[in-house]
Amino acid sequence: MLKKTCLNSCHIEAGGKMVDFGGWEMPIHYGSQLDEHLWVRASAGMFDVSHMTVIDLVGPDVKPFLRKLLANDVERLKTSGQALYSAMLNPAGGVLDDLIVYRLAEGYRLVVNCATREKDLAWIKACAEAFEVVVATPPNLSILAVQGPSALSVLSSVLDSAQVSLLSRLAVFESGFAGDWFFARTGYTGEQGAEIVLPNADAPGLWQALLASGVRPIGLGARDTLRLEAGMNLYGSDMDEGVSPLACNMAWTVVHNDRDFIGEAAVQAARAARVQPRLIGVMLKERGVLRAQYPVYSGDARVGVLTSGAFSPTLQCGIGFARVSAVTQPLFVEIRGKQLPLEPVSLPFVRHGKPVYSVIS
Amino acid sequence: MAETRDNVRYLASHEWARLEADGTVTVGISDHAQDALGDVVFVELPETGRSVQAGEEVAVVESVKAASDIYAPVAGTVIGVNDVLDAAPETVNDAPFDEGWFFKLQPADDNALNELLTPEDYRALCAADDH
Repeated sequence: MLKKTCLNSCHIEAGGKMVDFGGWEMPIHYGSQLDEHLWVRASAGMFDVSHMTVIDLVGPDVKPFLRKLLANDVERLKTSGQALYSAMLNPAGGVLDDLIVYRLAEGYRLVVNCATREKDLAWIKACAEAFEVVVATPPNLSILAVQGPSALSVLSSVLDSAQVSLLSRLAVFESGFAGDWFFARTGYTGEQGAEIVLPNADAPGLWQALLASGVRPIGLGARDTLRLEAGMNLYGSDMDEGVSPLACNMAWTVVHNDRDFIGEAAVQAARAARVQPRLIGVMLKERGVLRAQYPVYSGDARVGVLTSGAFSPTLQCGIGFARVSAVTQPLFVEIRGKQLPLEPVSLPFVRHGKPVYSVIS
Repeated sequence: MAETRDNVRYLASHEWARLEADGTVTVGISDHAQDALGDVVFVELPETGRSVQAGEEVAVVESVKAASDIYAPVAGTVIGVNDVLDAAPETVNDAPFDEGWFFKLQPADDNALNELLTPEDYRALCAADDH
Protein backbone atom coordinates (compact mmCIF):
# COMPACT_ATOMS: atom_id res chain seq x y z
CA MET A 1 0.00 0.00 0.00
CA LEU A 2 1.53 3.30 -1.10
CA LYS A 3 1.66 6.22 1.30
CA LYS A 4 -0.32 9.27 0.26
CA THR A 5 0.15 12.93 1.06
CA CYS A 6 -2.93 14.81 2.14
CA LEU A 7 -2.95 16.52 -1.28
CA ASN A 8 -3.43 13.15 -3.04
CA SER A 9 -7.01 13.85 -4.13
CA CYS A 10 -5.94 17.32 -5.32
CA HIS A 11 -3.37 15.69 -7.62
CA ILE A 12 -5.90 13.26 -9.04
CA GLU A 13 -8.45 16.03 -9.54
CA ALA A 14 -5.78 18.03 -11.42
CA GLY A 15 -5.14 15.08 -13.76
CA GLY A 16 -1.95 13.93 -12.08
CA LYS A 17 -0.44 10.72 -13.44
CA MET A 18 0.37 8.98 -10.18
CA VAL A 19 3.41 6.76 -9.76
CA ASP A 20 5.21 4.91 -6.96
CA PHE A 21 7.97 7.26 -5.79
CA GLY A 22 9.94 5.72 -2.95
CA GLY A 23 6.79 4.17 -1.48
CA TRP A 24 4.67 7.30 -1.97
CA GLU A 25 1.95 7.75 -4.57
CA MET A 26 3.06 10.98 -6.25
CA PRO A 27 2.32 12.79 -9.53
CA ILE A 28 4.98 12.36 -12.25
CA HIS A 29 3.14 14.93 -14.42
CA TYR A 30 -0.31 16.38 -14.98
CA GLY A 31 -0.37 16.02 -18.78
CA SER A 32 2.88 17.48 -20.08
CA GLN A 33 6.17 17.55 -18.20
CA LEU A 34 7.60 20.00 -20.77
CA ASP A 35 4.74 22.46 -20.37
CA GLU A 36 5.03 22.27 -16.57
CA HIS A 37 8.77 22.95 -16.71
CA LEU A 38 8.36 25.99 -18.97
CA TRP A 39 5.46 27.29 -16.86
CA VAL A 40 7.68 27.39 -13.75
CA ARG A 41 10.36 29.30 -15.71
CA ALA A 42 7.78 31.78 -17.02
CA SER A 43 5.16 32.08 -14.28
CA ALA A 44 4.64 30.02 -11.12
CA GLY A 45 4.16 26.37 -10.27
CA MET A 46 3.50 24.44 -7.09
CA PHE A 47 5.05 21.18 -5.95
CA ASP A 48 3.72 18.87 -3.25
CA VAL A 49 6.89 17.79 -1.45
CA SER A 50 5.15 16.52 1.67
CA HIS A 51 6.95 13.20 1.26
CA MET A 52 10.14 14.90 2.42
CA THR A 53 11.08 14.65 6.07
CA VAL A 54 11.04 17.47 8.62
CA ILE A 55 13.24 16.92 11.68
CA ASP A 56 13.24 19.39 14.56
CA LEU A 57 16.15 19.47 17.02
CA VAL A 58 16.18 21.22 20.39
CA GLY A 59 18.18 20.99 23.58
CA PRO A 60 21.13 22.68 25.27
CA ASP A 61 23.68 20.86 23.06
CA VAL A 62 21.91 21.32 19.75
CA LYS A 63 24.47 23.67 18.22
CA PRO A 64 27.59 21.64 19.11
CA PHE A 65 25.72 18.54 17.95
CA LEU A 66 24.97 19.97 14.50
CA ARG A 67 28.53 21.32 14.21
CA LYS A 68 29.65 17.69 14.65
CA LEU A 69 26.93 16.14 12.44
CA LEU A 70 27.08 18.41 9.39
CA ALA A 71 29.90 19.22 6.95
CA ASN A 72 28.68 22.80 6.67
CA ASP A 73 28.90 24.83 9.88
CA VAL A 74 25.68 26.01 11.57
CA GLU A 75 27.84 28.62 13.31
CA ARG A 76 27.33 30.53 10.05
CA LEU A 77 23.63 30.91 10.90
CA LYS A 78 23.93 34.16 12.84
CA THR A 79 20.27 34.85 13.45
CA SER A 80 17.04 32.93 13.77
CA GLY A 81 15.52 32.11 10.38
CA GLN A 82 18.74 31.76 8.40
CA ALA A 83 19.22 28.58 6.37
CA LEU A 84 22.17 26.56 5.12
CA TYR A 85 22.62 23.76 2.58
CA SER A 86 24.80 20.95 3.92
CA ALA A 87 25.98 17.41 3.41
CA MET A 88 25.72 14.92 6.26
CA LEU A 89 28.72 12.59 5.94
CA ASN A 90 29.55 9.15 7.24
CA PRO A 91 32.95 8.60 8.94
CA ALA A 92 34.38 7.47 5.58
CA GLY A 93 33.53 10.87 4.13
CA GLY A 94 30.65 9.66 1.92
CA VAL A 95 27.44 11.64 1.60
CA LEU A 96 24.69 10.13 3.78
CA ASP A 97 22.29 12.82 2.63
CA ASP A 98 22.06 16.44 1.57
CA LEU A 99 19.72 18.69 3.50
CA ILE A 100 18.76 22.21 4.42
CA VAL A 101 19.13 23.28 8.03
CA TYR A 102 17.09 26.24 9.27
CA ARG A 103 17.90 28.04 12.50
CA LEU A 104 14.70 28.52 14.51
CA ALA A 105 14.07 30.83 17.47
CA GLU A 106 14.72 27.75 19.59
CA GLY A 107 16.72 24.93 18.03
CA TYR A 108 17.03 23.97 14.37
CA ARG A 109 14.88 22.40 11.66
CA LEU A 110 16.28 19.96 9.09
CA VAL A 111 14.50 19.03 5.88
CA VAL A 112 15.95 15.80 4.47
CA ASN A 113 15.12 13.58 1.51
CA CYS A 114 12.24 11.13 1.35
CA ALA A 115 14.07 7.92 0.45
CA THR A 116 16.69 8.48 3.16
CA ARG A 117 14.23 9.15 5.99
CA GLU A 118 14.73 6.04 8.11
CA LYS A 119 18.48 5.87 7.55
CA ASP A 120 18.90 9.56 8.43
CA LEU A 121 16.77 9.36 11.56
CA ALA A 122 18.64 6.30 12.82
CA TRP A 123 21.98 7.99 12.17
CA ILE A 124 21.00 11.32 13.72
CA LYS A 125 19.57 9.64 16.81
CA ALA A 126 22.67 7.46 17.22
CA CYS A 127 24.98 10.47 16.90
CA ALA A 128 22.78 12.49 19.27
CA GLU A 129 23.23 10.01 22.13
CA ALA A 130 26.39 11.76 23.25
CA PHE A 131 24.59 15.13 23.36
CA GLU A 132 21.69 16.68 25.22
CA VAL A 133 19.49 16.94 22.16
CA VAL A 134 15.88 15.98 21.45
CA VAL A 135 15.22 14.69 17.92
CA ALA A 136 11.57 15.05 16.85
CA THR A 137 9.65 14.50 13.62
CA PRO A 138 6.63 16.80 13.90
CA PRO A 139 3.57 14.90 12.65
CA ASN A 140 0.74 15.94 10.30
CA LEU A 141 2.74 18.42 8.22
CA SER A 142 2.51 19.10 4.51
CA ILE A 143 5.14 20.87 2.42
CA LEU A 144 4.21 22.94 -0.61
CA ALA A 145 6.89 24.60 -2.75
CA VAL A 146 5.77 27.54 -4.90
CA GLN A 147 8.38 28.49 -7.48
CA GLY A 148 8.68 30.80 -10.47
CA PRO A 149 9.14 34.47 -11.33
CA SER A 150 5.61 35.32 -10.15
CA ALA A 151 5.58 32.89 -7.18
CA LEU A 152 6.01 35.53 -4.48
CA SER A 153 3.48 37.96 -5.93
CA VAL A 154 0.87 35.22 -6.34
CA LEU A 155 1.53 33.99 -2.81
CA SER A 156 1.04 37.53 -1.52
CA SER A 157 -2.38 37.62 -3.19
CA VAL A 158 -3.65 34.49 -1.42
CA LEU A 159 -2.03 34.73 2.04
CA ASP A 160 -3.28 36.66 5.06
CA SER A 161 -1.65 39.94 6.08
CA ALA A 162 0.61 38.47 8.80
CA GLN A 163 1.88 35.84 6.36
CA VAL A 164 2.43 38.41 3.60
CA SER A 165 4.28 40.64 6.03
CA LEU A 166 6.60 37.78 7.05
CA LEU A 167 7.23 36.63 3.48
CA SER A 168 8.05 40.17 2.32
CA ARG A 169 10.72 40.45 5.04
CA LEU A 170 12.48 37.21 4.09
CA ALA A 171 15.55 37.27 1.85
CA VAL A 172 16.69 34.23 -0.11
CA PHE A 173 17.65 31.39 2.26
CA GLU A 174 15.73 32.95 5.16
CA SER A 175 12.74 31.50 6.95
CA GLY A 176 10.22 32.19 9.68
CA PHE A 177 6.89 31.27 11.24
CA ALA A 178 3.57 33.03 10.77
CA GLY A 179 1.39 31.23 13.29
CA ASP A 180 1.98 27.52 12.69
CA TRP A 181 2.92 27.98 9.03
CA PHE A 182 6.67 27.92 8.34
CA PHE A 183 7.85 29.91 5.32
CA ALA A 184 11.31 29.48 3.76
CA ARG A 185 12.75 31.29 0.75
CA THR A 186 14.33 28.09 -0.56
CA GLY A 187 13.63 25.83 -3.49
CA TYR A 188 14.88 23.34 -6.06
CA THR A 189 14.30 25.13 -9.37
CA GLY A 190 16.67 28.10 -9.64
CA GLU A 191 13.70 30.47 -9.56
CA GLN A 192 12.26 32.80 -6.95
CA GLY A 193 9.87 31.21 -4.54
CA ALA A 194 9.12 29.76 -1.15
CA GLU A 195 8.67 26.43 0.53
CA ILE A 196 5.82 26.34 3.03
CA VAL A 197 5.54 23.78 5.81
CA LEU A 198 1.99 23.84 7.13
CA PRO A 199 -0.52 21.68 9.00
CA ASN A 200 -2.10 18.96 6.83
CA ALA A 201 -5.54 20.42 7.49
CA ASP A 202 -4.53 23.71 5.83
CA ALA A 203 -2.75 22.28 2.78
CA PRO A 204 -5.73 21.61 0.44
CA GLY A 205 -7.03 25.14 1.07
CA LEU A 206 -3.69 26.71 0.07
CA TRP A 207 -3.52 24.41 -2.96
CA GLN A 208 -6.97 25.45 -4.17
CA ALA A 209 -6.31 29.14 -3.59
CA LEU A 210 -3.07 28.98 -5.59
CA LEU A 211 -4.74 26.95 -8.33
CA ALA A 212 -7.48 29.58 -8.60
CA SER A 213 -4.76 32.26 -8.93
CA GLY A 214 -3.14 30.61 -11.95
CA VAL A 215 -0.42 28.61 -10.19
CA ARG A 216 -0.15 25.24 -11.94
CA PRO A 217 0.66 21.95 -10.23
CA ILE A 218 4.06 20.56 -11.25
CA GLY A 219 4.98 16.88 -11.16
CA LEU A 220 8.17 15.09 -10.18
CA GLY A 221 9.28 14.86 -13.83
CA ALA A 222 9.56 18.63 -14.25
CA ARG A 223 10.95 18.93 -10.73
CA ASP A 224 13.88 16.82 -11.90
CA THR A 225 14.59 18.78 -15.11
CA LEU A 226 14.21 22.11 -13.27
CA ARG A 227 16.74 21.13 -10.60
CA LEU A 228 19.12 19.78 -13.26
CA GLU A 229 19.02 23.07 -15.20
CA ALA A 230 19.54 24.85 -11.85
CA GLY A 231 22.71 22.78 -11.26
CA MET A 232 21.33 21.14 -8.12
CA ASN A 233 22.22 17.60 -7.12
CA LEU A 234 19.78 14.74 -6.70
CA TYR A 235 20.59 12.40 -3.82
CA GLY A 236 20.91 8.79 -5.00
CA SER A 237 21.86 9.87 -8.54
CA ASP A 238 24.61 12.47 -8.27
CA MET A 239 25.85 11.38 -4.85
CA ASP A 240 25.40 8.66 -2.28
CA GLU A 241 27.21 7.09 0.66
CA GLY A 242 30.16 6.10 -1.52
CA VAL A 243 30.74 9.58 -2.96
CA SER A 244 32.85 12.33 -1.39
CA PRO A 245 31.34 15.84 -1.35
CA LEU A 246 34.43 16.84 -3.34
CA ALA A 247 33.32 14.51 -6.16
CA CYS A 248 29.77 15.85 -6.40
CA ASN A 249 30.31 19.60 -6.64
CA MET A 250 29.64 20.09 -2.92
CA ALA A 251 33.11 21.22 -1.83
CA TRP A 252 31.72 24.75 -1.38
CA THR A 253 29.44 23.45 1.38
CA VAL A 254 32.23 21.82 3.40
CA VAL A 255 33.66 24.11 6.07
CA HIS A 256 36.91 23.20 7.80
CA ASN A 257 37.71 24.89 11.10
CA ASP A 258 38.54 23.70 14.59
CA ARG A 259 35.26 21.88 15.19
CA ASP A 260 36.02 18.35 13.76
CA PHE A 261 32.82 17.17 12.03
CA ILE A 262 31.98 13.56 11.19
CA GLY A 263 33.82 12.53 8.01
CA GLU A 264 36.23 15.45 8.09
CA ALA A 265 39.42 13.39 8.29
CA ALA A 266 38.34 11.40 5.22
CA VAL A 267 37.51 14.59 3.30
CA GLN A 268 40.92 16.06 4.19
CA ALA A 269 42.62 12.90 2.97
CA ALA A 270 40.63 13.08 -0.28
CA ARG A 271 41.67 16.73 -0.71
CA ALA A 272 45.30 15.70 -0.37
CA ALA A 273 44.97 12.98 -3.02
CA ARG A 274 46.34 14.08 -6.37
CA VAL A 275 43.56 12.87 -8.65
CA GLN A 276 40.07 13.77 -7.64
CA PRO A 277 37.00 12.98 -9.73
CA ARG A 278 34.73 15.95 -10.14
CA LEU A 279 31.18 16.62 -11.19
CA ILE A 280 30.78 18.99 -14.12
CA GLY A 281 27.95 20.23 -16.30
CA VAL A 282 27.85 18.89 -19.86
CA MET A 283 25.82 19.74 -22.94
CA LEU A 284 25.25 17.48 -25.93
CA LYS A 285 26.49 19.22 -29.08
CA GLU A 286 24.18 17.23 -31.35
CA ARG A 287 20.46 16.59 -31.25
CA GLY A 288 19.49 14.05 -28.64
CA VAL A 289 18.98 13.38 -24.97
CA LEU A 290 21.49 12.68 -22.19
CA ARG A 291 20.63 10.05 -19.57
CA ALA A 292 22.17 8.98 -16.28
CA GLN A 293 24.74 6.16 -16.58
CA TYR A 294 25.85 6.96 -20.15
CA PRO A 295 29.66 6.55 -20.28
CA VAL A 296 31.90 9.55 -20.99
CA TYR A 297 35.11 9.29 -23.05
CA SER A 298 38.08 11.43 -23.86
CA GLY A 299 39.62 9.90 -26.95
CA ASP A 300 39.71 6.14 -26.33
CA ALA A 301 39.83 6.50 -22.56
CA ARG A 302 36.71 6.20 -20.49
CA VAL A 303 36.97 9.14 -18.08
CA GLY A 304 33.61 9.03 -16.34
CA VAL A 305 29.88 8.64 -16.40
CA LEU A 306 26.76 10.80 -16.47
CA THR A 307 25.12 10.89 -13.03
CA SER A 308 22.06 12.80 -14.30
CA GLY A 309 20.80 13.63 -17.74
CA ALA A 310 17.76 14.99 -19.51
CA PHE A 311 16.51 17.09 -22.37
CA SER A 312 16.61 20.71 -21.22
CA PRO A 313 13.31 22.41 -22.08
CA THR A 314 14.87 25.86 -21.58
CA LEU A 315 18.03 25.24 -23.63
CA GLN A 316 16.39 22.78 -26.07
CA CYS A 317 19.28 20.33 -25.95
CA GLY A 318 20.58 17.39 -23.95
CA ILE A 319 22.19 18.39 -20.63
CA GLY A 320 23.61 16.46 -17.72
CA PHE A 321 26.12 16.13 -14.92
CA ALA A 322 29.23 14.05 -15.60
CA ARG A 323 31.53 12.66 -12.92
CA VAL A 324 34.91 12.66 -14.64
CA SER A 325 38.49 11.95 -13.59
CA ALA A 326 39.79 14.64 -15.92
CA VAL A 327 38.33 17.25 -18.21
CA THR A 328 40.66 16.57 -21.13
CA GLN A 329 38.91 17.76 -24.22
CA PRO A 330 37.34 16.78 -26.45
CA LEU A 331 34.79 14.83 -24.39
CA PHE A 332 32.32 12.37 -25.87
CA VAL A 333 29.30 10.53 -24.58
CA GLU A 334 28.41 7.09 -25.87
CA ILE A 335 24.76 6.79 -26.84
CA ARG A 336 23.60 3.51 -28.39
CA GLY A 337 27.12 2.65 -29.48
CA LYS A 338 27.85 6.03 -31.06
CA GLN A 339 30.23 8.65 -29.65
CA LEU A 340 28.72 12.15 -29.69
CA PRO A 341 30.57 15.34 -28.65
CA LEU A 342 29.97 16.85 -25.21
CA GLU A 343 30.76 20.39 -24.16
CA PRO A 344 31.82 20.84 -20.51
CA VAL A 345 30.13 23.87 -18.99
CA SER A 346 29.95 25.69 -15.67
CA LEU A 347 26.92 25.17 -13.41
CA PRO A 348 24.15 26.15 -13.16
CA PHE A 349 22.83 25.96 -16.71
CA VAL A 350 19.85 28.21 -15.99
CA ARG A 351 18.96 30.82 -13.34
CA HIS A 352 15.78 32.88 -13.25
CA GLY A 353 14.67 31.56 -16.62
CA LYS A 354 17.88 32.52 -18.45
CA PRO A 355 20.93 30.55 -19.64
CA VAL A 356 23.88 31.43 -17.38
CA TYR A 357 26.42 28.69 -18.11
CA SER A 358 29.79 29.29 -19.73
CA VAL A 359 31.88 26.81 -21.67
CA ILE A 360 34.88 25.36 -19.81
CA SER A 361 37.87 25.55 -22.15
CA MET B 1 -8.72 5.71 -23.01
CA ALA B 2 -6.20 5.89 -25.84
CA GLU B 3 -7.38 6.13 -29.44
CA THR B 4 -6.91 3.21 -31.84
CA ARG B 5 -7.43 3.19 -35.60
CA ASP B 6 -9.13 0.42 -37.54
CA ASN B 7 -7.27 1.01 -40.83
CA VAL B 8 -3.87 -0.02 -39.44
CA ARG B 9 -2.22 -3.14 -38.00
CA TYR B 10 -0.12 -3.17 -34.82
CA LEU B 11 2.92 -4.68 -33.13
CA ALA B 12 2.86 -5.72 -29.48
CA SER B 13 5.67 -3.14 -29.07
CA HIS B 14 3.08 -0.43 -29.97
CA GLU B 15 4.08 0.47 -33.55
CA TRP B 16 1.30 0.78 -36.13
CA ALA B 17 1.63 -0.05 -39.86
CA ARG B 18 -0.73 1.22 -42.53
CA LEU B 19 -0.90 -0.24 -46.06
CA GLU B 20 -1.33 2.68 -48.45
CA ALA B 21 -3.14 2.57 -51.82
CA ASP B 22 0.22 2.58 -53.64
CA GLY B 23 1.39 -0.55 -51.83
CA THR B 24 3.80 1.23 -49.45
CA VAL B 25 3.59 0.89 -45.67
CA THR B 26 3.60 3.88 -43.30
CA VAL B 27 4.84 3.26 -39.75
CA GLY B 28 4.34 5.18 -36.49
CA ILE B 29 3.62 4.61 -32.82
CA SER B 30 0.18 4.31 -31.27
CA ASP B 31 -1.65 6.81 -29.13
CA HIS B 32 -1.30 4.39 -26.23
CA ALA B 33 2.51 4.41 -26.75
CA GLN B 34 2.88 8.20 -26.96
CA ASP B 35 0.77 8.57 -23.82
CA ALA B 36 2.94 6.09 -21.92
CA LEU B 37 6.16 7.77 -23.13
CA GLY B 38 5.15 11.32 -22.24
CA ASP B 39 6.49 14.35 -24.12
CA VAL B 40 8.61 13.23 -27.08
CA VAL B 41 11.77 15.35 -27.38
CA PHE B 42 13.84 13.57 -30.05
CA VAL B 43 13.31 11.02 -32.81
CA GLU B 44 16.20 9.27 -34.57
CA LEU B 45 15.04 8.13 -37.99
CA PRO B 46 16.59 5.55 -40.37
CA GLU B 47 18.45 6.34 -43.59
CA THR B 48 16.35 6.25 -46.72
CA GLY B 49 17.28 3.25 -48.86
CA ARG B 50 18.13 1.02 -45.89
CA SER B 51 16.80 -2.47 -46.17
CA VAL B 52 15.29 -3.84 -42.99
CA GLN B 53 14.03 -7.14 -41.58
CA ALA B 54 10.74 -7.53 -39.75
CA GLY B 55 11.42 -6.87 -36.05
CA GLU B 56 14.68 -5.00 -36.70
CA GLU B 57 15.41 -1.85 -34.65
CA VAL B 58 15.19 0.99 -37.17
CA ALA B 59 14.44 4.14 -35.18
CA VAL B 60 14.57 5.52 -31.65
CA VAL B 61 12.05 7.72 -29.91
CA GLU B 62 13.26 9.66 -26.88
CA SER B 63 10.75 11.13 -24.47
CA VAL B 64 11.26 13.05 -21.25
CA LYS B 65 11.05 9.65 -19.57
CA ALA B 66 13.08 7.17 -21.63
CA ALA B 67 14.58 6.10 -24.95
CA SER B 68 12.63 3.41 -26.83
CA ASP B 69 13.52 1.41 -29.92
CA ILE B 70 11.12 1.38 -32.85
CA TYR B 71 10.93 -1.89 -34.79
CA ALA B 72 10.19 -2.47 -38.47
CA PRO B 73 6.79 -4.20 -38.60
CA VAL B 74 7.57 -5.93 -41.89
CA ALA B 75 10.65 -6.54 -44.06
CA GLY B 76 11.34 -4.07 -46.84
CA THR B 77 13.20 -0.93 -47.84
CA VAL B 78 12.96 2.47 -46.17
CA ILE B 79 11.67 4.84 -48.87
CA GLY B 80 11.00 7.94 -46.78
CA VAL B 81 11.17 9.43 -43.29
CA ASN B 82 9.11 12.14 -41.61
CA ASP B 83 11.48 15.14 -41.48
CA VAL B 84 8.86 17.15 -39.59
CA LEU B 85 9.90 15.24 -36.45
CA ASP B 86 13.42 16.75 -36.54
CA ALA B 87 12.18 20.20 -35.61
CA ALA B 88 8.86 19.22 -34.04
CA PRO B 89 9.16 15.87 -32.24
CA GLU B 90 6.06 16.77 -30.19
CA THR B 91 4.04 15.99 -33.36
CA VAL B 92 4.28 12.35 -32.22
CA ASN B 93 2.27 13.30 -29.11
CA ASP B 94 -0.15 15.55 -30.96
CA ALA B 95 -1.02 13.32 -33.93
CA PRO B 96 0.48 9.85 -33.54
CA PHE B 97 -1.60 8.26 -36.35
CA ASP B 98 -1.37 11.18 -38.76
CA GLU B 99 1.32 13.90 -38.98
CA GLY B 100 3.41 12.06 -36.34
CA TRP B 101 4.31 9.06 -38.57
CA PHE B 102 7.96 7.91 -38.51
CA PHE B 103 8.94 6.28 -41.83
CA LYS B 104 7.62 4.57 -44.96
CA LEU B 105 8.61 1.15 -46.24
CA GLN B 106 8.35 -0.59 -49.59
CA PRO B 107 7.42 -4.03 -48.23
CA ALA B 108 9.22 -7.11 -49.53
CA ASP B 109 5.98 -9.07 -49.28
CA ASP B 110 2.61 -7.43 -49.98
CA ASN B 111 0.82 -9.76 -47.58
CA ALA B 112 3.18 -9.40 -44.62
CA LEU B 113 0.86 -6.98 -42.81
CA ASN B 114 -1.67 -9.77 -42.34
CA GLU B 115 0.71 -11.32 -39.79
CA LEU B 116 0.44 -8.30 -37.49
CA LEU B 117 -2.04 -7.67 -34.66
CA THR B 118 -5.54 -6.61 -35.70
CA PRO B 119 -7.07 -3.49 -34.07
CA GLU B 120 -9.15 -5.82 -31.92
CA ASP B 121 -6.07 -7.79 -30.75
CA TYR B 122 -4.25 -4.54 -30.04
CA ARG B 123 -7.11 -3.05 -28.01
CA ALA B 124 -7.15 -6.19 -25.88
CA LEU B 125 -3.39 -5.89 -25.33
CA CYS B 126 -3.68 -2.24 -24.27
CA ALA B 127 -6.55 -3.02 -21.93
CA ALA B 128 -4.39 -5.68 -20.28
CA ASP B 129 -1.54 -3.11 -20.06
CA ASP B 130 -3.79 -0.68 -18.21
CA HIS B 131 -4.52 -3.16 -15.43
